[in-house]
Amino acid sequence: MTDKLDRGRLEISVDECKGCGLCIVACPVQVIEFSKTVINKQGYHPAQYKGSGCTGCGTCFYACPEPGAVTVYRLAKQAQ
Amino acid sequence: MPRELIKGNEAVVKAAILAGCQAYFGYPITPASEIAEAAAKYFPLVGRTFIQAESEIASIQMVYGAAGGGVRVMTASSGPGISLKQEGISYCAGAELPCVIADIMRGGPGLGNIAPEQSDYHQVVKGGGHGNYRCIVLAPNSAQEMCDLTIKAFDLADQYRTPVYVVTDGYIGQMMEQVNFPTAVQHPKRHDWGVHGDDATRKNLINSIYLDPDELEEHNRKLQKKYAEIERKEVLVDEYRTRDAELLVIGYGIISRILRTTVDLAREQGIKVGLLRPVTLWPFPAKRIQKLCERVQAIQVVELSNGQMVEDVRLAVEGRKPVKFYGRMGGSVPSAQELLGVIRKL
Amino acid sequence: MYEKYLEKSASFYPEYPRKSGNQSVTHYCPGCGHGIAHKYIAEALDDLKLTERTVLISPVGCSVFAYYYFDVGNLQAAHGRAPAVATGIKRINPHSIVISYQGDGDLAAIGGDEIIHAANRGERLTVFFVNNAIYGMTGGQMAPTTLVGQQTTTSPRGRNIHNEGYPIRMCELISALEAPVYVERVSLHSPGARAKARKAIRKALENQVQGKGFSFVEILAQCPTGWKVSAPDSLKWIEEKMLPYYPVQVFRDKSAEAEGWAPPDVAYSDADVLQLIELPLEDEAAPAARPKVPEQYRNPRIKIAGFGGQGVLLLGVAMAQLGMMEGYNVSWLPSYGPEMRGGTAHCHVNISDTPIGSPLVSASTVCVAFNKPSLEKFEKEMARGGLLIYNTSMIDIQPTRKDVEWLPIPASEIASQMGNIRFANMVVLGAFIQKTGLINMETAIKGLPAFIKAKKLIAENVKALENGAAFVRGELKI
Repeated sequence: MTDKLDRGRLEISVDECKGCGLCIVACPVQVIEFSKTVINKQGYHPAQYKGSGCTGCGTCFYACPEPGAVTVYRLAKQAQ
Repeated sequence: MPRELIKGNEAVVKAAILAGCQAYFGYPITPASEIAEAAAKYFPLVGRTFIQAESEIASIQMVYGAAGGGVRVMTASSGPGISLKQEGISYCAGAELPCVIADIMRGGPGLGNIAPEQSDYHQVVKGGGHGNYRCIVLAPNSAQEMCDLTIKAFDLADQYRTPVYVVTDGYIGQMMEQVNFPTAVQHPKRHDWGVHGDDATRKNLINSIYLDPDELEEHNRKLQKKYAEIERKEVLVDEYRTRDAELLVIGYGIISRILRTTVDLAREQGIKVGLLRPVTLWPFPAKRIQKLCERVQAIQVVELSNGQMVEDVRLAVEGRKPVKFYGRMGGSVPSAQELLGVIRKL
Repeated sequence: MYEKYLEKSASFYPEYPRKSGNQSVTHYCPGCGHGIAHKYIAEALDDLKLTERTVLISPVGCSVFAYYYFDVGNLQAAHGRAPAVATGIKRINPHSIVISYQGDGDLAAIGGDEIIHAANRGERLTVFFVNNAIYGMTGGQMAPTTLVGQQTTTSPRGRNIHNEGYPIRMCELISALEAPVYVERVSLHSPGARAKARKAIRKALENQVQGKGFSFVEILAQCPTGWKVSAPDSLKWIEEKMLPYYPVQVFRDKSAEAEGWAPPDVAYSDADVLQLIELPLEDEAAPAARPKVPEQYRNPRIKIAGFGGQGVLLLGVAMAQLGMMEGYNVSWLPSYGPEMRGGTAHCHVNISDTPIGSPLVSASTVCVAFNKPSLEKFEKEMARGGLLIYNTSMIDIQPTRKDVEWLPIPASEIASQMGNIRFANMVVLGAFIQKTGLINMETAIKGLPAFIKAKKLIAENVKALENGAAFVRGELKI
């Protein structure tokens, strides 16, 4: 592991996402996309984290209308 | 026992305070305004809430809010104002919120006038607003009963979690009589179902919406069960000289007072007539009327209306005996002599 | 290595058991602004530690089911009435934090009255007004905030100012009132705007914590479904269509200078309550023995009439009050309403040994006429053998009834000679007492303060009583 750890990490609940895309347009570093393969319980292609590049800024959290769909993590201080 | 010469309307307010009523929300209207005025005078003096609301609609919704907060609360009005309050009363019935509504009836329809009538019967006894509900309706005929039945109204409202009306006409509201007030100040127990704004009641919900048809039907069935229990247990009736009566007169409010004099006048002339007065307009004393039907030859109903309560009398009598109706409207009140003439024609 | 930074607020239920169907997501459409506003409110409740004492009023509209989600005390309100419901519960539970959450139809149309007056009273509430320019719940009808030209199902050709008028700007209206402490309009259209929205929501709640009066936050929110655009495009819709008409700004902020308020902590004992509502506990002394009353004056049915302002109603009250003190059954019934304010007035009084049936006096056994029209009107309906007391100072004719007893008395002149014509009613009372013997004069003097509220006038009223009685005894000449 030579790469520097991302400052943030993102979890999007597959079944709580309604596929509106507001998090995707909100993300300043464009690390969120619609899943092209997953169809969730509600019948949407949910948004998903691309897997790297999250800064932990939380912009997507405050853009998402669903209370529990997005969880944002930040790199712990000692790990930085 | 504190004794006072007092208007029926003002007696309601003192009785409400003694019953532990914490808040009054109302809008002035003749001939009920003394209730708002006395509440404005006394409620804040004893640390309770009085608000003159922006409308009748808002006042009953403030009642809904405070009742949802789990305290005893009341409002008062007259015909046109009660029409406006029906929205909120339906919500209170639906959410099973106890509250007391005094209705000092005046002339209608429309703006009508401010003279006494009894033409709110249908709108208070038959539900009034939308939905499958009933309100308990108490009908005092004296200042003393304005006190006693107001206190009882709060007790019934709490016991059954339902709106209770105290309904009378402008005359009983405006009349001064001696009232012996109780000396006990009630401290009603906090309702566990109320939303008190604390952790213990945080999970509580005051609500009348049930989106699912099955759930709404179940809720309605629960309400009907409650109403059936009220009909079994809470009928109140007052009788005068009915023991040997061959004729029966039925009236409530001011009319029952006049009929009492008429009964005496008729008895002096050898006419064996008795008076039945429903004290609860709902539940209606249908059973008692049926019982008296076995003995009396005819029934005369008198109202200050076009004949509203008489419909319930006829439903009770089911054609067993003739039921006659005599009504005055517009604020004209018959004298005892006038009603004697009516009885003589029976 | 990673720590949770932002997650679902504890002020939300983890699952939504009150909801039918999928209980892990809200009922809102994809991209709806309500969910975002909910999140900001829940976050503020968490941070300010208000969850336990918060009461949320759910409105009618898309957010009718807000109580599915917020783990606080909940009341569901009728359409538009949330501010009145909030007023009711806040006034009786002043320690609680009461939130009225309303949409545009609810707040600005059917509930226009309730919101204006709650604001005007300065109710210590927090109101969140979600403006999305459309009726979402009922399927896209026109809202009071629908923009000019905007097509809805009830403005299918676009909102036309000649038919529907202009969209209502609520912040501007509310901030025209004196009482509101904080009024701000925010928007959800961009990350920067959303940050301001979060701040405003928090501030509106903090104000209530500090007892600082009415706080109002209007939130311009997207309704992709109602507007028939995608969720990302709905943000542009806010920016391009709503912002030019609904400026995002602070309209009022007196938060810093507004005085905080806390409910007074006063306890009232039962004895305090009885005293304050004027129900004295001490028993009145038993009434003195009544004088023997001549047969014709017993159980009088009294009619009193005159001009408004002649003390007609007060004389009736006085008779009833004194009758009660003597242990009789009594009733007093006024002609009420506009009749009382100018014009003529009359009242019915019964004083009786037995319970009173009809309080209405039709065949009076005592008639008191203060002026000519009253004599002419009420003399006719007197019972045979009754007592007719009439004020000769203002009546220049004689009664016509020969079958009643006449008691003419120049009451206004006797009063006028005492220096105040308004004592005429007490002169008549004195005459009535002397004539009928129904009431002891001592009782009358003792009872005066019950109906003469001005203490400094008591002595003169006693004198008026005595003068009336003296006139009847023939000891006072005019």
